[in-house]
Amino acid sequence: MSIHPVMAKLAAKINRTDLPPMQTGDTVRIHVKIKEGDKERVQAFEGTLIKQRHGAQGTFTVRKVSFGQGVERIFPYNCKVIDKIEVVRSNQVRRARLFYLRGLKGKAARLREVDVPRPEAAVTAR
Amino acid sequence: MISGILGKKIGMTQLYDERGDVRPVTVLQAGPCIVTQKKTAGKEGYDSVQVGLVEFVKAKNMPKPMLGHFGKNNLPPMKFVKEFEVQTDGEQKPEEAVEGVKVGDKVLVDIFNDSKFVDVSGISKGRGFAGVVKRHKFGGGPKAHGHMFQVQGSIGSSSFPSRVFKGLRMPGHMGAEKVTVRNLKIRGIDLEENLLLVEGAVPGHRNAYVVINKAKNPPRERRGFAGSTTLDPLKAAKKAAAGKKK
Repeated sequence: MSIHPVMAKLAAKINRTDLPPMQTGDTVRIHVKIKEGDKERVQAFEGTLIKQRHGAQGTFTVRKVSFGQGVERIFPYNCKVIDKIEVVRSNQVRRARLFYLRGLKGKAARLREVDVPRPEAAVTAR
Repeated sequence: MISGILGKKIGMTQLYDERGDVRPVTVLQAGPCIVTQKKTAGKEGYDSVQVGLVEFVKAKNMPKPMLGHFGKNNLPPMKFVKEFEVQTDGEQKPEEAVEGVKVGDKVLVDIFNDSKFVDVSGISKGRGFAGVVKRHKFGGGPKAHGHMFQVQGSIGSSSFPSRVFKGLRMPGHMGAEKVTVRNLKIRGIDLEENLLLVEGAVPGHRNAYVVINKAKNPPRERRGFAGSTTLDPLKAAKKAAAGKKK
């Protein structure tokens, strides 16, 4: 099914091009803008990218273990709340969705790091 | 001011509101429309205007009486034509409001510039002959214990009344009927492309004709409600007093 030209235009309008390319398994740091009253501050959420879905309405899921408790956060790609994204390290994974990490703890939940050639602009600010 | 416009449903997508939250949005092509006829209390018995949606229509596919109706005023053939009332501003009488409109006038999305909500009517998607679970939201039967899934069960007692009451909800044809969704919030207006973005779903399939009206009964703004412009005077006074103490 083809996309209606109007819908394509709308999608292009909200599409964010400033985010770095990410791979499933990457350790990423998401800088999230948080509003407290009138003030706005930036908080980082660092974890493993376990799921990605592309497209205009795409989202990605980041998982981390915080004080022994697994925490997952789902971000839309074109979300205004994201200030910037850093790819901290890349890991070797064999599947697109790492839901098996949910059942693993501690040493078992480690991933092996791989060197991925990255352009200089891997870390982008808005 | 004409109270509504004709359009087509283009599809649904997501938008981010000022808080950064995702909102489901329906994209509607609203207009461009043209006034095709005026109706007055003197002649037709009531005041309204007839409006047609401008799109590419082959003249040979139109009924001849319709072609004659449009040809009278040198208008292009239009497939989708509806009547709207004309809103009076203040002291104006309805006759005078209709008087201010001319046949051939354009009706564009900018009529919604001052309004926050719209009512959208369309023909809902046809579901064919549907059972009670889909059609009337019945619970259905058990999924175990010698299951019977999509059944309605008993339809009444036996010897009394010896008949089934009229209007009992039963399987039958569902959908493909006129449905109006009221008070959809306007999320965006694009005058150049004739687009209207409303929050929430709209009846009908893609490319279905829809009638977009100004909200008849828009939700009133509640005090202290997030996003409301009116302030609760009591709370505002308390806040001011607290501020002074500091």
